Amino acid sequence: MADTLLSPVPDEDGAPFWEYAGRGELRVQACADCGELRFPPRPCCPHCRSFASEWRKVSGKGRIWSYVVPHPPLLPAYAARAPYNVVVVELAEAPCIRLVGNLVAADGAPLDSIPPDRVRIGTRVQVVFGADGLPRWVAEQP
Amino acid sequence: MAGLKDATAIAGIGQTAFAKRLPESEKALACRAILAALDDAGVAPGEVDALASYTMEETDEVEVAKALGLGDLTFFSKVGYGGGGSCATVAHLAAAVATGQATVGVAWRSRKRGSGPRPWRNTAVQLPTPAQWTRPFGLLRPVDEIGMLARRYMHEYGATRDHFFNVALACRNRANQNPAAIMYERPLTREMYMTSRWISEPLCLFDNCLETDGALACVIVSAERARDCPHRPVYVHAAAQGLPAQHHGMVNYWNDDPLTGPAWTAARHLWKHADFTPDDVDVAQIYDAFTPLIPLSLEGYGFCGRGEGAAFTEGGALEIGGRLPVNTAGGGLSEAYVHGFNLITEGVKQLRGTGTAQVPGAATCLVTAGEGVPTSALLLRS
Repeated sequence: MADTLLSPVPDEDGAPFWEYAGRGELRVQACADCGELRFPPRPCCPHCRSFASEWRKVSGKGRIWSYVVPHPPLLPAYAARAPYNVVVVELAEAPCIRLVGNLVAADGAPLDSIPPDRVRIGTRVQVVFGADGLPRWVAEQP
Repeated sequence: MAGLKDATAIAGIGQTAFAKRLPESEKALACRAILAALDDAGVAPGEVDALASYTMEETDEVEVAKALGLGDLTFFSKVGYGGGGSCATVAHLAAAVATGQATVGVAWRSRKRGSGPRPWRNTAVQLPTPAQWTRPFGLLRPVDEIGMLARRYMHEYGATRDHFFNVALACRNRANQNPAAIMYERPLTREMYMTSRWISEPLCLFDNCLETDGALACVIVSAERARDCPHRPVYVHAAAQGLPAQHHGMVNYWNDDPLTGPAWTAARHLWKHADFTPDDVDVAQIYDAFTPLIPLSLEGYGFCGRGEGAAFTEGGALEIGGRLPVNTAGGGLSEAYVHGFNLITEGVKQLRGTGTAQVPGAATCLVTAGEGVPTSALLLRS
């Protein structure tokens, strides 16, 4: 659909992430043997080569690692919201696990609900889940 | 062990015109560029027994070989990862010729990226990994993905838009000396750069490469054979590919150090096998789909320390007469964007002494493929 945002097209490894996200839970794949977190999900642990994995719940707290502000030309649904922000958030529990998302004003608010000049590297954020089941981020209240 | 070092040479180069729109098909353009390269090398099409190109190349070996009347092929190879594969096409042929699997290799790239579709517009062929983690949030285009790393680079090391402008300006200045360049008659000023429209902040229009129709090719033969060809041989002194541990391609956000990319891996191998060091490089052709790739590559290939790539561009360092002249035909930013193949042919021209912006006495040249994706690089010498 030209006028709707893209939905994730999960692969077999990523599907559990999206199923948990749809229930409002942020979970990250972890090795069931050595315990190391890994992202993106994959069948085998790169640390100990175990194929046993579990999905560990994380706090949903993190900090903005970087961001961009896309302008057209873009796909139509995104051009309609431009300029908007896209952030990369490093998780509090595992700073090398970084999730791409958007900084929004509130749960369910659109991509362009925060003025681009208000986005900063280092801002502490908390995950929120909208009706689309995608994890997005709001600034933590001081 | 008989190695790759100086065992083979690029004996011929060829190209079509570059334009936003060319009337001929990619297949016809590929054929023209390859014939031009063979003619330049003084080699008959029937002698070709090896081909190499990119996995993204739309014209396959069967089509090329039957259209041009090539001989029996005994080696053919395609390299993945878009612009990261450019130098590897030459590297694969050099290895094939050096080990006796073939005698005359042709590498090429033909692309109608100027008049054809922008790949990111295609929503039907979203790769599930890693696009599921990025595209729904509006991180849609290569410029968004590289912009993310560029912003972090600016934050960590104090790089500014003026540094990216230095890159764009050096490439444009060289294009202004090159009649074949798309931007031949179009100078760039700091005012134009600073007031141009954003594409993905922090990157503006002039931080992005061109969108070009065109094709290029080169011919690789043994060093011995090259010495009988019409032009001065340009030897493949060293070659490397680079896919670092835990690298994720252009969305390389998921490892300990996202700003240390494939260039570092390729560089370690390249310098290990070379008789000279970064200080001895006379001219460099550095893949420039986006301006920030040049400071990152300067660091990766060892021309400066970590975090020093932006400062390296100051004081005209990248211009003719500077510390390291780069992209002397204009590069992807201002000559043509054909997945970096024009950087290979320009490296050859510089070492023949026939560049349109010739570095006096250039005898060594680094050519790189795209940083930020699994990459490749060549050290050429005359």
